[in-house]
Amino acid sequence: MSNKSKHQDGMSLISKTISSFMTALIALFGFYIAFYGHLTPGGGFAGGVIIAAAFILLTLSHSKKVSLKKFPDIIASLLDNFGALSFVALGLLGFLSGAFFMNFVQKGKAFTLLSSGTILLANIAIMIKVMAGLFAIFVGLSIFGRIVAEGEKGDMR
Amino acid sequence: MLNLIPLFVAVPMGLAFFTLITSKFSKRTSDVFTFLGVSFLAYLAVRLITAGNLDYMVGGWKWPLGIQLHVDKLTVILLLIINVVAFLATLYALSYMERYTAKPKFYALLLLMIAGMNGVVLAGDLFNLYVFLEIASLASYALVGFGVESEELEASFKYLILGGVASSMILLGIAIVYANTGSLNMADIAQFLSTHGERSSIYFVYALFLMGFGLKSAMVPFHAWLPDAHPSAPAPISAMLSGVLIKALGIYAIARIFFGMFGVNEMLGWIMLLLGTLSMVVGVLLALGQYDIKRQLAYHSISQMGYVMTGLGVGALAGSPEVAALGIAGGLFHAINHATFKTSLFLCAGAIEYSTGTRDMRKLGGLYKRMPFTSTATSVASLSIAGIPPFNGFWSKLMIVIALFQAKLYVYAAITVFVSFVTLLSFIKLQKFCVFGELKPEMKSVKEVPVSMVIALVVLALLCLGLGLGFPFIEGFLLDAASGLKELLVFNI
Repeated sequence: MSNKSKHQDGMSLISKTISSFMTALIALFGFYIAFYGHLTPGGGFAGGVIIAAAFILLTLSHSKKVSLKKFPDIIASLLDNFGALSFVALGLLGFLSGAFFMNFVQKGKAFTLLSSGTILLANIAIMIKVMAGLFAIFVGLSIFGRIVAEGEKGDMR
Repeated sequence: MLNLIPLFVAVPMGLAFFTLITSKFSKRTSDVFTFLGVSFLAYLAVRLITAGNLDYMVGGWKWPLGIQLHVDKLTVILLLIINVVAFLATLYALSYMERYTAKPKFYALLLLMIAGMNGVVLAGDLFNLYVFLEIASLASYALVGFGVESEELEASFKYLILGGVASSMILLGIAIVYANTGSLNMADIAQFLSTHGERSSIYFVYALFLMGFGLKSAMVPFHAWLPDAHPSAPAPISAMLSGVLIKALGIYAIARIFFGMFGVNEMLGWIMLLLGTLSMVVGVLLALGQYDIKRQLAYHSISQMGYVMTGLGVGALAGSPEVAALGIAGGLFHAINHATFKTSLFLCAGAIEYSTGTRDMRKLGGLYKRMPFTSTATSVASLSIAGIPPFNGFWSKLMIVIALFQAKLYVYAAITVFVSFVTLLSFIKLQKFCVFGELKPEMKSVKEVPVSMVIALVVLALLCLGLGLGFPFIEGFLLDAASGLKELLVFNI
């Protein structure tokens, strides 16, 4: 009984099972794209979009209730602002050490993960911003959709 | 001073996101932080007056590969307009926006718009100019629809579509320039074009840029969005859009790109002159029939931008450098003056709406008895925009008319004077219906607006008078800026 009610929202059992496997892998791939943005094609924006897509897949297959429990909209909104703020902060930290957006950490050894100074940090900041922002936009659109739908129901009565 | 230039972009952009985080915990913080931020920006802009030409290399990368921020006299004028008007609009918004929900979001969007405009003005390369232009535009699309009534959303949507078309034209133009010159840095492109000669594809870029930036500055064939978008926004935003945004994104970009980067020729001069004259005449004639105060002001914005464009056109056409400098200086001075009096008028219209609940002139009247400060500010700004001495609008219009006469463009000079008369007519109508006349019985209980709004209005009225009386002192600065604009951009490396 409890098993049945658990599967009431969202899509069929098959899509739920597959998407719960895939979500983690997609998110992991997104992190890879963002963290290796300075070495391979991609970067913070692309990585952030992929991670947001993982959460959107979870929303589509398991319903909004499940995905919002994992990633509440207030956290998404806060992370969105935090990502943008940390990007500007990165620029300002460079500003304190000479010029706006100047590299202020060690450059490291070429072609390794820690090899690009502040570019990696900038990519992470953008990843957070894009991930949270895109997910918040998706949730926001579906919230407005519900309000409109309920309003129409009310009119019909 | 050189080191502080990036703060014009970094401070408002950082604050925009910071206040959104803090406002989740305490609502009042966004008021305080925004006000402190814009005060700091206005202070920086005022300090920049004496700084001279500056070039800042972002990240310490060398010219022409790195991103560059460029400051000269034209930039200083625009930065002053943007940040002083933003300061006054924020001061006004502290009380005015109490009636709206989501005040922190309003401040965040306003700060993003300021960051975008400061970025456009400072950018030394085309691509950053485009990116900041998009930041400012996107913030303004959201702000136009901030009231989320159906009319406001429709205006916002119309503005979004037309603005999007303009942005894509500009981006296409930038792509073609890059394909032809291999550089995005404006000084580098100017150097390349002057050594390698004209290319026919650059003429296509002229058309794309004139359309794109012409739409952003609401020149007449591209003006359809403005009379809907500007009145729909909350009053401080109407003031920012009309007073600043169309200049920073439109007029400034045209002046910087065509004068500084491509170098003007006779063809461009005629196009600018015709666009300007057309905007002047059509804008003012459309304004005559309006009874909605803010809508009338929006049409006047089109007309007044026509004056600025005409000034630039004379500057491009005139043979002698003195006449050209006079024309451009007139245009630039009119841009400054328009920022003062149109901001003042939009804020007054907002104050009238705040107190009486209507913007329809036919329902108003006799407000000078109930709202003395607002009425006086309205009258001062009306006289300024109509070009009555000693207010500031008179001097800039006079400079443009004299330049037109000296360039032997008598018909255009006559049209300019005629448009000034029609403007006066239109604002006599505004004053008769709102400020003077009989006080309507239902308006007996109307009160003056809160103090912070009154302060903003009084400061703007004083600026209108002060710029008029102090004209001899700033004339030299304007002529310097104008003759600097006629030369191709060269950055100090």
